[in-house]
Amino acid sequence: MGIRFILLVNKQGQTRLAQYFEYLTLEQRRALEGEICSFVEHRNYKVVYRRYASLFFLVGVDDDENELAILEFIHLLVETMDRHFGNVCELDIMFHLEKVHFMLEEMVMNGCVVETSKSNILTPIQFLDKAT
Amino acid sequence: MAGSSIMESLFQRSLEDLIKGLRLQLMGGGESKFIAKSMEEIRREIKSTDIQTKSTALEKLTYLNSIHAIDMSWASFHVVEVMSSNKFAQKKIGYLAASQSFNESTDVILLITNQLRKDLTSTNQFEVGLALECLSVIATTDLARDLTPEIFTLLSSTKIFVKKKAVAVILRVFSKYPDAVRVSFKRLVENLESSNSDPAAAIGVFCELTSRDPRSYLPLAPEFYRILVDSKNNWVLIKVLKIFSELAPLEPRLAKRIVDPISEHMIRTASKSLMFECIRTVVTCLTDYETVLKLAVEKISEFFLSDNDDDPNLKYLGLQALSILASKEHLWAVVENKEFVIKSLSDMDPNIKFESLRLVMEMVSESNVAEITHVLVGYALKSDPEFCNEILGSILLTCSRNVYQVIVDFDWYVSLLGEMSRNPHCQKGEEIERQLVDICLRVREVRPELVRVARDLLIDPALLSNPYMHRILRAAAWVSGEHVEFSRNPFELMEALLQPRTHLLPPLIRAVYIQSAFKVLVFCLQSYLVQKEVISSSLDDLAPRGFGLHFDRNFPESSELSKQEASADCEQDGDFNPRLKRTAEDYTGDRIVANGQTSSSVSLENDPFTHESIVNLLHLIKRALGPLSGSDEVEVQERARSVLGLIDLMEQEIPGLLVREGSLKGEELQGLKVLDLIQHSFSKELGPVSLSAQERVLVPDTLLLKENLAELDTVCGDILLSPSSTFSLGNILFGEKNNTLQKEKESEPSTESTSLLAEHRKRHGLYYLSSTDKNGSGSNDYPPVNEMNNLIDGAQDLLKLTAQSVDSKKKSSYSKRRPMVVRLDDGDEEAGLAVEKTKDSKDDSLSGVVRDILLGDETKPMSSQSKPSGKSSGKRRVKEVTLNIGHPSQSKETLGEVEIPRQGSSNVHSSHGKERHRRSKKKDGDKDESSRKDKQMGHRRGRSKNQQSADIQTPAIPDYLL
Repeated sequence: MGIRFILLVNKQGQTRLAQYFEYLTLEQRRALEGEICSFVEHRNYKVVYRRYASLFFLVGVDDDENELAILEFIHLLVETMDRHFGNVCELDIMFHLEKVHFMLEEMVMNGCVVETSKSNILTPIQFLDKAT
Repeated sequence: MAGSSIMESLFQRSLEDLIKGLRLQLMGGGESKFIAKSMEEIRREIKSTDIQTKSTALEKLTYLNSIHAIDMSWASFHVVEVMSSNKFAQKKIGYLAASQSFNESTDVILLITNQLRKDLTSTNQFEVGLALECLSVIATTDLARDLTPEIFTLLSSTKIFVKKKAVAVILRVFSKYPDAVRVSFKRLVENLESSNSDPAAAIGVFCELTSRDPRSYLPLAPEFYRILVDSKNNWVLIKVLKIFSELAPLEPRLAKRIVDPISEHMIRTASKSLMFECIRTVVTCLTDYETVLKLAVEKISEFFLSDNDDDPNLKYLGLQALSILASKEHLWAVVENKEFVIKSLSDMDPNIKFESLRLVMEMVSESNVAEITHVLVGYALKSDPEFCNEILGSILLTCSRNVYQVIVDFDWYVSLLGEMSRNPHCQKGEEIERQLVDICLRVREVRPELVRVARDLLIDPALLSNPYMHRILRAAAWVSGEHVEFSRNPFELMEALLQPRTHLLPPLIRAVYIQSAFKVLVFCLQSYLVQKEVISSSLDDLAPRGFGLHFDRNFPESSELSKQEASADCEQDGDFNPRLKRTAEDYTGDRIVANGQTSSSVSLENDPFTHESIVNLLHLIKRALGPLSGSDEVEVQERARSVLGLIDLMEQEIPGLLVREGSLKGEELQGLKVLDLIQHSFSKELGPVSLSAQERVLVPDTLLLKENLAELDTVCGDILLSPSSTFSLGNILFGEKNNTLQKEKESEPSTESTSLLAEHRKRHGLYYLSSTDKNGSGSNDYPPVNEMNNLIDGAQDLLKLTAQSVDSKKKSSYSKRRPMVVRLDDGDEEAGLAVEKTKDSKDDSLSGVVRDILLGDETKPMSSQSKPSGKSSGKRRVKEVTLNIGHPSQSKETLGEVEIPRQGSSNVHSSHGKERHRRSKKKDGDKDESSRKDKQMGHRRGRSKNQQSADIQTPAIPDYLL
C-alpha cells in the first residue's frame, strides 16, 4: 500500500481533513495527528508534506514510495480543488469536507493512485451536485 | 410521529451550522462543551425515522469523528440504514461513514453484504463506485469471499470508471481472501494489456503485490517490460520501475534487459519524479552495469546544481541516492560529488545536513580519519546541539566500527574522545564511556595516554556539574584507578577523585570514584614503603628487592624475578636514588591540599612519595571520606569504609608509617605484605569478555537447577491476578448497577482518550505546535548570521582536506604501527551490529495461490468451504493467459542460452517453462502434464484466444528474460 493516509493541517496544528487507507483506532489517529506535526519520518511511515498558504498537506507513505511523485500528487489534489472551488481556501475545505473526501477517493484507492485526470476526478462530484 | 419528524428536519442543524458553531466556539474556548451538546442532538436525531434527518445526523457525526476524533462505533447500525437509502447523496454519506468507522470487529458488517451486492450491480456507475471504494477499505474475509463474483464481473466492465475501481479493490480482496486469485487473476492481468487505456490501477495493484512477494510475479516480467517501454504515463512508469527493482535482483537476465529502457527514460524525461525513480532503481539494483550507473550518477549531480531553484527535496534525495551507492562500495560516486556533500553540512535543512554527514563519514578511511574527525569535532562545537550530537555520534560509530578498524593511532583517538567529551553540547556520554573502557581493555599500548586523558577530565571541576559527563567521568575514574601506575602524579589524581564537587555525582559513580581512590592509595602507600625499604636495605647493603610495581602487570603470573624485572628494578632504583638526597622539607611548600582543588602542578622530577606527601594524602582521604562513612548510599558507604579501614590498619601495623626517617622494622614488613596482597589483587589484568563466554562454561553434574520460578506460583499465586481481568470484572458490576449503561459506555472511551492525549502531550510536549513563540525559538536553532561564516569556513576546511586526503587514498605517513587490538575469537562486533534480517518472505496463502497460478504448481490446493462458481475454470484460464505472455516480444530476441524447450511440451509453455526450469526442475514434469490436460479440456472463453496466439507463435519462442 503506497499511500497510508492524507492529512490537511493548518498552521495552528488543527486537522482539517484526515483520510486513512487503513483502519486505525481513534487513539492511534489522534496520537499520529498529534505527533506528526514535527516529524518527517514517523514510525514506519514516511511523511511527505507541502505547504500551500496556511495549509499543510501531509501524506503518509510507505518507505519506498517516490517522494517527488507524492509531491506532484499533492499538487494535483490542490489543482483539482482549485478547479472545483475556484481558488480554494481553508474554509472551502472545512465546509465541503465530504467533497474533498470524494475527490480523494476518486484519486486514491487502496493506497494506489488510480486517477490523475482532473475532469475524471470531478465527474462523480458533479453528479452528486446534480442529484442534490 | 410524522409531524415530529418534519419538525425535526426543519429545526435540525445542518453540518454547515455545526461547523460554523464550532468555529465560533474556537474563539471562545468552549469547544468540548459545544461538541458534547451537538453529540446529544446527534444521538437524538439519528434515531429519527426520517431518513433525511438521520443522514444529516450521521454526516455531522462523521465530521466530528474525522476532525475531532469523536467515537462513532456506536452508530454503526445507523450507518447501515443510511447506506441503503435510495438517494445518492444520502447513500454517499452512509458509505463515507462506513469506510471511516467500520473494521473487522464491527458486528453489523455482516448485514451489509446484500446491500453491497445490490450497489455493485447497480446501473448507476457512481453507486458501483461508492460500493467499490468502501470495500477497498473495509472488506473482511467474508465480504471478499461473498462478493468475489460481482467484482469479477466488474473487472471487465465497459465503463472505465468502474473498471479501474474494481481493479484497485482486488488488492484488498486478495489479501483477505486469497482464493479469489484463482477466479480473477486472469482478468487482472488483462488489465495490464495495451488495449487497455489506463493500466494505472492494475500496475498499482501489482506493485503492491510484488513488493510482498516478488518471486511469484517473475513470470509477468514481459508484461511489465512492455509497459516500461510503451507507457507515457509517469505514474505508471514509476510503479513499473518499483516492480522491476523488486524483480531484477532475482533474475540477472532481467536486470540486463531493463538497463536500456531505463537509460532511455533518464535521457528523455523532464519529470523529476520519474528521473528519481530511474536513479533509485539503478542505484539499488543495477549497479553492476557501468554505463547506466555512470548516467545515474551524472543525473544525481544535476540534482545538486543550483539551477534547480535550490530545491531541498532534490538535494536530499540526491544525497540519499549517493548513500545507497556508498553502502554498495561505489564510493567513487560520493567522491565525485564531495564538494556538494561537504557544503551541505552547513545547509539550512536538517535532513540534508544529516544525510551529508552520513556521506562524509562514509568517506572516512584509515588515512584520513584523523583529519576529517578533527575538522568535524571543531565544526560540532559551532553547530546547534542536535546536529552537534549527530556529528559526535557518527564519529563514535564510524571510528569504533569493526573493533576500531580505521584507527591506527590510538593515542590520538583517546585524546579525541577526551576532546569530544569536553564539547558543552555533548550528550554521547554513554558511548564515550563504553569506548574508553573498551579501548582500555583491548589496547595495552594506549593505557598511559588513556590515563593522561582521564586525568585531564577528572581534575576539571567544571565537568562535574554536567550530568551528561558523569558516565564519561566514571570511565575516567575507573581507568585511572585501574592503571594508576601510569599516572604521573598519583597525589594529584587522588585530589581529583576526592574533590568536594564529587558530591554532584550520582552515588554509583561516586562509588567508582572511591574505589579508584582506594587503588590509588594502595599504590601510593606501597610505593612509599618500597622506597623506604629500598633505602633501608641499601643502607644495610642488601641486594635490592623487587616488588615489581609496574612490572607485575606485564608478568602477572610470574612471582620469580626474571632478568627483565631485575633490570627494570635497577632502573627504578636509578629513579629513586637522586631523591634520597633531598629532604622532605623541599616539597612541603607547594604541597597541596586544604581545598581539595588541584592547583599545585607538581613537576615530575619531584619524587612524589615523600613522607610529607603520604601524611597529607592520608589526611586528605580521612577528611574527604570520613563524612561518607555514614552515607545513606550503601555503595558509597561501604567503599568509603574500606578505604578508611585500610588507613586504620596501616597505622596500626606500621607505627613508623608516620615517622619521617628510619627503616622499617620487622613487623612493619608485615604491613607491607598486606599492601602487597591488596596490590596484587588489583593487578590482575582485566580483559574483554566474549559474549558467549558464559555458554562455554560447562554446568557441573552436581548442580541441580530447578524449573524456572515454578515454585513462585504457589507462593504468590493469589497476588498474580491479572489487572485487566479485575478491571473487566469491575466493569460488569458497574454495568449491572447502572441502567444508563449505554451512555456511560459511550462517554467512557472519549474521556479515556483525552487523558491518553494529555499524557502524550506531557511526554512529547516538545513536538506539539502550541504557541507562536515556539516558532520564534525554533528559528533560534539556526546559528546567527555572523556565525554562519564560521560554519562555512569549517566546511571549507574540510573540503580542502578531503581534497587532499580522499584523493590520495593511501597516505602512509604514519610513523606508528597499529597496536595490537584484542579481538575475541567469535567476532564480538557482529553481535553488536544486530544483523539485519532480510524482509521476511511472507509466504502467506496469497503468494501461495499466486504461485499456483503463475507457475502451475498444483501441489498446494487451497481449501475453501464455499468456492465461488467458476473457480476451477477460472484457474485454468489464468494459466493460459500467463502462458500467452511471451507473445508481445515477438521474434527479435533469440535464445541466448542453451536451455532448449522441452520436447513434448507445446511452444507455449516452453517459453514459460524455461523460466521455471531454473527453480524447480522437478515440477516441470507435472506442470507440462497438467497444462496438456488443460489444453485438452480447454475452456469456453480462453480457448479461442489461446489457439489464436499459438498460431502466431514462431517455433523459437522469444524469452524476455534472455
